[in-house]
Amino acid sequence: MITQRNLILLGIVGAALLALPLIGSLFAIYLVNEILIFALFALSFNLLLGYGGLISFGHAAYFAIGAYACAVLLTTFGWPFFLAFGAAAVISAVCAAVIGYFCVKLTEIYFSMLTLAFAQLVWAVAFKWIAVTGGDTGFIGVAVPDWLDVPVRFYYFTIVVVALCAWIMWRIVNSAYGFTLVATRENRNRAEFIGVDVKRIQLVAFILAGTFAGVAGSLFTLFNHSVFVESAWWTQSAEVMIMSILGGVGTFLGPALGAATLLILDRFITEWTVYWPTFLAIILLAVLFFFPEGLMGFASKRKKKGE
Amino acid sequence: MLKIENLGMNFSGFQALNGINLELQEGEKHAILGPNGAGKTTFFNCLTGQLYPTDGVTHYKGKKITGLTPSRIVNRGIARSFQRINIYPKLSVFENVQVALIADKKMMFNLFRPGAALFRDETARMLELVNLTDEADETAGLMSYGKQKQLELAIALSSEPDLLLLDEPTAGMSPQETMDSIALIGEIASKRKLTLLFTEHDMEVVFAIADRMSVLHHGELIATGSPDEVRNNEEVRRIYLGEHADDAA
Repeated sequence: MITQRNLILLGIVGAALLALPLIGSLFAIYLVNEILIFALFALSFNLLLGYGGLISFGHAAYFAIGAYACAVLLTTFGWPFFLAFGAAAVISAVCAAVIGYFCVKLTEIYFSMLTLAFAQLVWAVAFKWIAVTGGDTGFIGVAVPDWLDVPVRFYYFTIVVVALCAWIMWRIVNSAYGFTLVATRENRNRAEFIGVDVKRIQLVAFILAGTFAGVAGSLFTLFNHSVFVESAWWTQSAEVMIMSILGGVGTFLGPALGAATLLILDRFITEWTVYWPTFLAIILLAVLFFFPEGLMGFASKRKKKGE
Repeated sequence: MLKIENLGMNFSGFQALNGINLELQEGEKHAILGPNGAGKTTFFNCLTGQLYPTDGVTHYKGKKITGLTPSRIVNRGIARSFQRINIYPKLSVFENVQVALIADKKMMFNLFRPGAALFRDETARMLELVNLTDEADETAGLMSYGKQKQLELAIALSSEPDLLLLDEPTAGMSPQETMDSIALIGEIASKRKLTLLFTEHDMEVVFAIADRMSVLHHGELIATGSPDEVRNNEEVRRIYLGEHADDAA
């Protein structure tokens, strides 16, 4: 639901994002740019987890496919920028459709295991197909067009792309399809008996999530001018899951907040300790025990109490 | 309208249903009477695609439906309710019905039309039909048992079935709730010209709305006919109404 209050909050965040370059800190621009990219990745993941109730352990695969596709099309094949950028999203969608076709045949933990297996397969391909991906060395020197190769410009480009994708996803989760997806999450059996082909509904969610993850991956490629095989590794899938749960899967923007929280903590805590994973674990435990609905869920509950 | 031939279900050695033959005419209100464990729910699950029967075949409007998935069978025009409440407990009552209408109207793959705005009038009318207008915004799972049963009926009706299967529609209800909901079901079925197949263990409910009835005993149909015929059937009297009259009532 969009309340007036949320709209105002959203406006403030949007204005702050747009005004950020005014403070003149390159560090801040890079950090927020990365947050925006991972926010998109987490929002795409939440289509599956939050709205579909589908636990994917392999969402990084589509992020990586988008990332490599964008890098290869731009650099190896020298495609025009927007064509390459769009094609990367399409390639992610097609891969998600093929992999998702098999995954949605299974349910619960078997679904999750299959997503993981396919993601590791994608990783293996990226690792071994050295001629195309650069293998272990990574794909270095992505041909980012000159007009975009300025931190502030790329920052605004990211804002536009992420905002557009978020708006489309917002429309989708509130659409007739989004309603039906939630129904399959709430009671799969009942949904079947009102005539819903649950597997097809889930496949569509898988494709949509994969597509937006691919867009996030493309942005990450352009951001770094490189792609490394780690972006397909399972820890990347775990990270996006942590972001979503930290922020709250029950709300649309919760995962974006989770992405911001995780990346900011990562940046500042690693500066004064090498035990960042320990702190991350403690933070996660605290969230799971004390705010099971995530930071966003906690915030919206507090607000309700206050009213 | 519905033709069931030699339907059988064997759960790895246990013969839950055996050689069931039954034909339903359009507009018929047919009751399946039987005590707990007779196989009534298994019978429904075999008809609606929840289970794949080990024997036999079912035709609906001349077309085979055995082996289809539940959603395909619903789309052919057969809806069902469940003995154990089967709703979306965390969604509102309104949304429970609304999503069934979205599915019925084939809007479920529409990514652009806002879902909340769809079929509001139809949903309100459906809730009015089952007397849940005042509960529209309540969380479905928090309502009383009887009201959840009414919602279950509304969800099934939202699929606009020609054939409605109700699995023990009054199970767990108080006598008053039972009579009210039976009156409601009978009225809706007549108004919408539904063919009704329902299972029941309560004789009074059966006699109140059924035109025809069958008795299910240990997975076999032992009698089919008008309620009076069945009541007077020797075998039924002997094994069902006779010494177990208390169970039946």
